[in-house]
Amino acid sequence: MHKKPKKYSIFSLIKNAFSYHENWQPVWRSPEPKNNYDAIIIGGGGHGLTTAYYLAKNHGLTNIAVIEKGWIGGGNTGRNTTIIRSNYLWDQSAALYEHALKLWEGMSQELNYNVMFSQRGVMNVAHTLHDVRELKRRWHANRLNDIDCEWLNTKEVKEFCPIINISPNIRYPVMGATLQRRGGTARHDAVAWGYARGADAMGVDIIQNCEVTSLNVNNGQVIGIETTRGSIKSKKIGVVAAGHSSVIANMVGIRLPLESRPLQALVSEPVKPVIDTVVMSNTIHAYVSQSDKGELVIGAGTDGYTSYTQRGGFNIVEDTITAVVELFPLFSRMKMLRHWGGIVDICPDASPIISKTHINGLYFNCGWGTGGFKATPGSGWVFAHTIANDEPHKLNVPFTINRFSSGELVDEHGAAAVAH
Amino acid sequence: MFLIKCPYCGERDQSEFNCGGEAHIVRPKNPPDLTDDQWADYLFMRKNIKGIQFERWNHSNGCRRWFNVTRNTATDEILKIYNMGEQPPIVTGIAPKTPSGETSIGSGNISTSYTKK
Repeated sequence: MHKKPKKYSIFSLIKNAFSYHENWQPVWRSPEPKNNYDAIIIGGGGHGLTTAYYLAKNHGLTNIAVIEKGWIGGGNTGRNTTIIRSNYLWDQSAALYEHALKLWEGMSQELNYNVMFSQRGVMNVAHTLHDVRELKRRWHANRLNDIDCEWLNTKEVKEFCPIINISPNIRYPVMGATLQRRGGTARHDAVAWGYARGADAMGVDIIQNCEVTSLNVNNGQVIGIETTRGSIKSKKIGVVAAGHSSVIANMVGIRLPLESRPLQALVSEPVKPVIDTVVMSNTIHAYVSQSDKGELVIGAGTDGYTSYTQRGGFNIVEDTITAVVELFPLFSRMKMLRHWGGIVDICPDASPIISKTHINGLYFNCGWGTGGFKATPGSGWVFAHTIANDEPHKLNVPFTINRFSSGELVDEHGAAAVAH
Repeated sequence: MFLIKCPYCGERDQSEFNCGGEAHIVRPKNPPDLTDDQWADYLFMRKNIKGIQFERWNHSNGCRRWFNVTRNTATDEILKIYNMGEQPPIVTGIAPKTPSGETSIGSGNISTSYTKK
């Protein structure tokens, strides 16, 4: 048995200061994979780790493993622009993302790990009459779903975010915005590390540098996996592989409606605090916030083709930067420091799939596309419920894979506040 | 970020083109007889291959003509360009050693090439 992790506090900080911070215990163990687990989660990103955490915490399943081909949080969890909000149009999505947002609000305390969740507000800007109508519709839909949302006119936008350019003469003038004050950002790495630490403390094995090479199925029941570190048996397997979901699904002939595409982001050199909220503009594909280090965090749109290379086209970055500079002219001379891509699994209706499959014991949580980070705790919560009970949680009933046959799509394109 | 050799215009930047997704998906011959599952399969389900994939591209900001491309999605290398209506060619490219792994060159990813010393 491993030692219980010590609680982080001001006292542990002082105590460790005396030994020059050289005696902190590892945040999680690095165990060798066992032969048999009650459940295996494929994918050690945020969603996979929260699934393991809630399987242990809410459902008492502690003999479980998270299998990760690289390192935890090294995929899209560490590559997104960390925007958190729940202002979705449709009731089904609003319920799921709002459940997640409520979990965000208590996360640091629950995990005893500071995820630096900052409710600085998320502003979705309208640039055309159509935008205004769409966003106002969503504002009313949010209010009907008890989700905080406000409408700001152009003057109020300027008051809330003084550096924004509200000149009527720019190509896409600011015609108003919705504001969700409870939205904001969080430290993405800390979310992965915090949940890993929490899951590990309850006995979950987190196995990194271990890639799944095939799934073993017998008579329609999943019985285990083959990995680069040997075979592991389990009758419950949850796949949370984001951009690589189709690769896993293709191993057992499951057809998924996904396309994996690069989504790019970039950060600037650090500067003093200049923007204290999150500004999103789906019409011109510009998503800007400022990290606590002072870097501007800028998100772009997806590239329009399948790729697993974690890099995209320069034209996409150029489009985004053009839009950002028009909205915020004072950024025009800033230097960009880093730029990267992540592989996102885009679903035709821009909603996730959190579902059982026709193979017993095999579950998929995928299709989050460009907007999965905000849902991290809620996604794990409902997926853990689905795996533990072999039945969906009431929040993910609409998000089955069967909706593509029944036609009950949850169409969040555009309405998701982000143009996909 | 790559160049595509349009069969009609020659080599141009990828940003001039639009990808039409997976190629060789045959339109159902008897639409009224299809079940909901078959419709879903035709309309939505995709192979989404990591490795060699056949796809349709359109030179939308150029000659606006369609053609097929054989591309390695693990490296973005284009292996063969052929006309609409032709059968997919047999080609070989650098494949990842493991299904979700990375190729030795060209992927730009390091997340799984890391080896513990």
